[in-house]
Amino acid sequence: MQKPHLELSQLGISFPTPKGPFVALQNVNLDIAKGEFISLIGHSGCGKSTVLNLVAGLLQASAGGVILNQKEVNAPGPERAVVFQNHSLLPWLSVYQNVELAVKQVFRGQKNKSEMRDWIEHNLALVQMSHARDKRPAEISGGMKQRVGIARALAMQPQVLLMDEPFGALDALTRAHLQDSLMEIQARLNNTVIMITHDVDEAVLLSDRIVMMTNGPAATIGEILQIELPRPRNRIALADCATYNHYRHQVLSFLYEKQRKVEVLPKADAAKSPVKPAAKAPAKAPVKLAAEEKRA
Amino acid sequence: MSAIPTQWSRVQSYLPGQQQLTRWLKQSLLSAAGIAVFVLLWQLLASQITTSLGSFPGPMQVAQQWSGLVAEHKAEKAREAAFFQRQLERNTATLAANSEAVVSVRPYNGRPTFFSQIFTSLYTVLTGFVLASMLAIPAGIVIGLSPRLYSAFNPLIQLFKPVSPLAWLPLVTILVSALYQSEQPLFARSFLVSVFTVTLCSLWPTLLNTIVGVSNISPDLQNVSRVLQLNWLTHVRRIVLPSAVPMIFTGLRLSLGIAWMVLIAAEMLAQNPGLGKFVWDEFQNGSSDSLSRICVAVLVIGLIGYALDRLMLQLQQRVNWDKSAQLR
Repeated sequence: MQKPHLELSQLGISFPTPKGPFVALQNVNLDIAKGEFISLIGHSGCGKSTVLNLVAGLLQASAGGVILNQKEVNAPGPERAVVFQNHSLLPWLSVYQNVELAVKQVFRGQKNKSEMRDWIEHNLALVQMSHARDKRPAEISGGMKQRVGIARALAMQPQVLLMDEPFGALDALTRAHLQDSLMEIQARLNNTVIMITHDVDEAVLLSDRIVMMTNGPAATIGEILQIELPRPRNRIALADCATYNHYRHQVLSFLYEKQRKVEVLPKADAAKSPVKPAAKAPAKAPVKLAAEEKRA
Repeated sequence: MSAIPTQWSRVQSYLPGQQQLTRWLKQSLLSAAGIAVFVLLWQLLASQITTSLGSFPGPMQVAQQWSGLVAEHKAEKAREAAFFQRQLERNTATLAANSEAVVSVRPYNGRPTFFSQIFTSLYTVLTGFVLASMLAIPAGIVIGLSPRLYSAFNPLIQLFKPVSPLAWLPLVTILVSALYQSEQPLFARSFLVSVFTVTLCSLWPTLLNTIVGVSNISPDLQNVSRVLQLNWLTHVRRIVLPSAVPMIFTGLRLSLGIAWMVLIAAEMLAQNPGLGKFVWDEFQNGSSDSLSRICVAVLVIGLIGYALDRLMLQLQQRVNWDKSAQLR
């Protein structure tokens, strides 16, 4: 059997707390093929971002590991480019310079000046941002910033593209537009992508597989859903498609029936004594999750 | 018909708007009123106070002393020009008589005027301030980037920050006399003492603000830097410095303000021929004009301090990438 491109093996992480280690994530096993588009979906605080940060190397696993092309990942690097949730462009650099910073760093010694310029222009064209190349991030809209963030990541020519809720902060129309752009780019470049999302439609529309995470603590993969819709996918055509709706239904049922998250009101939470009645497992979750978020 | 309104609106767009104009007018009127009230109160109260040097000077006497100082400066300049003229004539005459003769060109050793003292003060304060910034910004970056260094140095910074210039001065004086001994000194000792005292007192705000600016870089940008595997120098140059620029400038402005205040005290005691020495000499002199002259110096010191702050603000606006930032 062929070795997987990217392998998450027995992946787990725990954070030390005064009351002993807090296990945020455990036993995450996932093999990802080259060119595959994976979505991670789950309730907030379930450790999706932790998985992404582990793959990016921004966090260190306390159990198991991430293997990319038979090499263990233990530090961040441009071959695993990250598109951050809040774009994270440098506000003092223009659109062009933001991408340039990445290109100069990754292709130093490999490309000459004009090749670099062409490559930056090419990537800006790919996300349709050539017209704003000399604008500062503060002068462009949120959707445009996210496009530039994607261009910066693509310009690193990564083996894996990691996207942390890339469209989460955008309005619905802009989001749809960017999703279409991303599908086009993905069809052209055939990148391996791991994307975190909260949006069920987004997950079904874009992914080859949807990885659904259970609620924390000790979150892990609950179910994996293979999406066998032909590409290119068209959101309008799919809106009426029974298979599409079936997939949606499966994800929704996982999120809202099997892994229903009971929000504990902060007041009730504070009033509770340390000796809690043994409630249902999900009901306990948010209490510790708040602690996890603080640490993350 | 329609051409005229368009033309007019184009003209209007170059002019400040009606509202803007009234606001500006209102502001200036209020400022003028404030100054007028102050001058009036000064005049009224000054005449009530009798000192050992006569009655306390009112605005009129101070204005007179100002023109007196200007006249003195002009007279001194004329004397200087005359001195060089005489020297030149004498030397040309000597050379005409004997082309082999060795002529000497001597500098003019006149009394420093009020305006040359202003110049000396500015020169001294800027030297001290630049020295302080050159120490504080790099040190702040290095300390701010490392929580360990910060823990190590923070107590020292907190210890030395509140020390008065008057406490530093004797130490600096002794150290300069001990360490700076040269046959033909490039700088006067009084100048060095003033500069180092200014440096010692003014580097703390820049240092602290740089540390805060550097240690508060957004974690997202730090992650960008980590993913790109930027080396230390590129990380500092492309990420750390720009994000700390607003804080660094806040520190620089505070530092320059402190430097200017400290300078006057330092010059008084170190006898550096600047504004501080002017005030001190007038105080020791004790003539009937002394108080008015000191009042002139006070006003000039205030104005220069204000001008320095505005200059710093201009520089900040030019350097800061965030043009929308409210600076005041």
